[in-house]
Amino acid sequence: MQLDAKIPGGPLETKWDRHRFDLKLVNPSNKRKFEIIVVGTGLAGGSASASLAELGYNVKTFCIQDSPRRAHSIAAQGGINAAKNYPNDSDSIWRLFYDTIKGGDFRAREANVYRLAQVSNLIIDHCVAQGIPFAREYGGLLANRSFGGAQVSRTFYARGQTGQQLLLGAYSSLMRQVAKGQVTMFPRREMLDLVLVDGQARGIVVRNLITGEIERHTAHAVVLATGGYANVFFLSTNGTGCNVTAAYRCYKKGAGFANPCYTQIHPTCIPVHGEYQSKLTLMSESLRNDGRVWVPKKAGDTRRPEDIPEGERDYYLERIYPSFGNLAPRDISSRAAKRMCDDGKGVGPTGRAVYLDFRDAIQRLGQPEIEARYGNLFQMYERIVAEDPYKTPMMIYPASHYAMGGLWVDYNLMSTIPGLFVLGEANFSDHGANRLGASALMQGLGDGYFVIPNTINGYLAGTKFAEVSESHDAFQESEAEVVAKVKRLLGIKGKRTATDFHRELGHILWEYCGMGRTDEGLAKARKLVADVRAEFWENLTVPGSAADLNQSLEYAGRVADFLEFADILILDALARRESCGAHFNEAFQTEEHEALRDDVNMSHVAVWEYAGEGKEPIFNKEPLNFEFVKLATRSYK
Amino acid sequence: MSSKSINLTLKVWRQQGSKAPGRLETYKAENISTDASFLEMLDIVNERLILEGKEPIAFDHDCREGICGMCGSVVNGRPHGPEKETTLCQLHMRHFRDGDTVVIEPFRAKAIPVVKDLVVNRSALDQIIAAGGFISVNTGQAPEANSLPVPKDKADLAMDAAACIGCGACIAACPNASAMLFVSAKISQFALLPHGRPEAAKRALSMVAQMDAQGFGNCTNHQECEAECPKGISISNIARLNREFIKAALASAEELPVAAKKE
Repeated sequence: MQLDAKIPGGPLETKWDRHRFDLKLVNPSNKRKFEIIVVGTGLAGGSASASLAELGYNVKTFCIQDSPRRAHSIAAQGGINAAKNYPNDSDSIWRLFYDTIKGGDFRAREANVYRLAQVSNLIIDHCVAQGIPFAREYGGLLANRSFGGAQVSRTFYARGQTGQQLLLGAYSSLMRQVAKGQVTMFPRREMLDLVLVDGQARGIVVRNLITGEIERHTAHAVVLATGGYANVFFLSTNGTGCNVTAAYRCYKKGAGFANPCYTQIHPTCIPVHGEYQSKLTLMSESLRNDGRVWVPKKAGDTRRPEDIPEGERDYYLERIYPSFGNLAPRDISSRAAKRMCDDGKGVGPTGRAVYLDFRDAIQRLGQPEIEARYGNLFQMYERIVAEDPYKTPMMIYPASHYAMGGLWVDYNLMSTIPGLFVLGEANFSDHGANRLGASALMQGLGDGYFVIPNTINGYLAGTKFAEVSESHDAFQESEAEVVAKVKRLLGIKGKRTATDFHRELGHILWEYCGMGRTDEGLAKARKLVADVRAEFWENLTVPGSAADLNQSLEYAGRVADFLEFADILILDALARRESCGAHFNEAFQTEEHEALRDDVNMSHVAVWEYAGEGKEPIFNKEPLNFEFVKLATRSYK
Repeated sequence: MSSKSINLTLKVWRQQGSKAPGRLETYKAENISTDASFLEMLDIVNERLILEGKEPIAFDHDCREGICGMCGSVVNGRPHGPEKETTLCQLHMRHFRDGDTVVIEPFRAKAIPVVKDLVVNRSALDQIIAAGGFISVNTGQAPEANSLPVPKDKADLAMDAAACIGCGACIAACPNASAMLFVSAKISQFALLPHGRPEAAKRALSMVAQMDAQGFGNCTNHQECEAECPKGISISNIARLNREFIKAALASAEELPVAAKKE
């Protein structure tokens, strides 16, 4: 597998400008001769569809939901980072770049991250012009708040609904292009295969989720923006529809899968409460601006939180990480919570929770101010838990939230398959081993609004395309495979549901491949997952037919892919002989239980290549070269 | 959390396809934890149906935290069920009593027809947005973000309106099956912001015309939409829409568009 990242040379600050100058252009009248498929309508897919259509390309956009306004980007709560430095607190593009590289534990590419910081300000400009109602100060100017891993206030927000507002902005721009006929929208379609002709991505095969028909769609390039795979853990903060299927099918067609073991476990989620539970709910990291995290000092303390005096509480984040305190990054905070609970200091009915307490903030600022800042989050908490967080501390625990890993892409966001571009959470590019808060929205929109509209021209202008129609052999073969797989799922007629298998997979991964990993545990998990996978294909039951809306069938297909994908996740965790960011192998830790990196041997992107059914995937690596920042131990003390 | 188990009788609308006749079928939902959400209760019932070799109840859902707008059914006659400002996915079973009978039906309106069971087709709402629910700015054209200040009270009101999740509960609640609350929320958001003013007249006329073309009814001030909206969108937005529409129709140079229904 060739892994040429195509990073432009020269000074970091001018790489992107120079690269854009060097890329070939497609003149405006030629753009209308090209068709581009975009799969997914979250922040990355929605913004890419709109921007590519604005340039004059013919865009065909697909999503599994009933409308392109629903993708799970919509659930992002807290905010979006940008290097505007409006608060005059010494922020800069360089600082945003450095914080993001450091936050990712020095496992991301410098050039990509610097570009992300550069376009961050353009994103805010564009979103404001789209009419997104960002929070404002009394003078009418934009407000900022702080997020984890940063000592400056650079996060822009729209109450606790920033993702919703940004997504609706991208959606409105997309629908404007639909009205112009520049985008054709295909909702309720699930991509089930990527079609290659002469080694190039030339189309996709999708299932119409309403009629069950298998459809073929051709294009000159395919842009994949299908999100992350956090649902491999079964319980996560992701929407129930989030899945790895499209990305995994591309992997099986030859796209390298990078760093699958980097899975973010978010520290502030509502704890698990029952076996029937279908998802975990995030409580925005922004809450840690004012909330204080603590556990009782004494293990096994069952008193109510109000009855535990100040001196018997351990505000452990403030104690261990005094300079970042409650705003320590996600991986660090999550592991600290796990350690507290492992030591028997956890609270709540299961002992797997810590307190997030607003008592002091309410005393300092008054309840109305706290309501204005976090009202909708407090309300959401009360609905789920039936306790009033204004009166008693919230209980929180880490949960699977985000995938830093994803399909490998070069600086142009093109995968190892020519013509297949991957954006947003679906790619691996910018967050290294750990993503900072308020950076996912920035990356999704940066990729869609500002990167792909530039880099795709270079590919389209510099590539020779054969005439390809939907009746091409490659489409026929692909459709036959898809149909066979659907038939196979329906034909097993066993005794267990897809949910049941998915839950079992999730338990295994959470136990052995979650916040703390060991070689023995990972090896065991690999075996256990293989057993579940084998049983799945013998004992699954899927009701109904393939000829209409069949949600059980859709879901079974996704679980089948999760079961295969889990293997490369575990393999990758085994192969990374260090701890970094969200990947924590207990064999590699400092005396203070912090992650211990190995920069000499492990400063690379791990890229997995499909080798065929039943064969061990092939390991490739892209070395990471740090020319502009000095690798340092990541300290938040 | 004090959790207990309850038993319910469900009467659920089953309809095989958009053209097939539908009927209410009765199911037992037994041993349901009061900490479960309404959709988790349906999950449990569906798991049991699958194991009995029956087709599970089709319903739309995704985020399960009240923001994506995918879910929504009429529960005991009320869109999203009995709790105020609560989507169906955020409704918890502790609000039901042991032995209750719960009737679950799809959102019903001509313009958002049933696809299967509780799943409806809301693409008419996308068409209304396509008709004008945007500010015409191409990527790259925007001026510096702080170059146009927005009074905080206006920004807050715009955010109140922008909180709409496009679920369609307002339509299901309205005796006229009107989409006025949905349309007015988007029109208000942009009308309140200086960035949205240049196209305000055109937007109001086009979106209302498309709303009519899609077959939604008119507003006759029943206020059911506001009462059932899971995001608490105020009908003062409808008043603002009416002002914007009248201003546009009488005092602007924009012509009244004749919209055709788009699929």
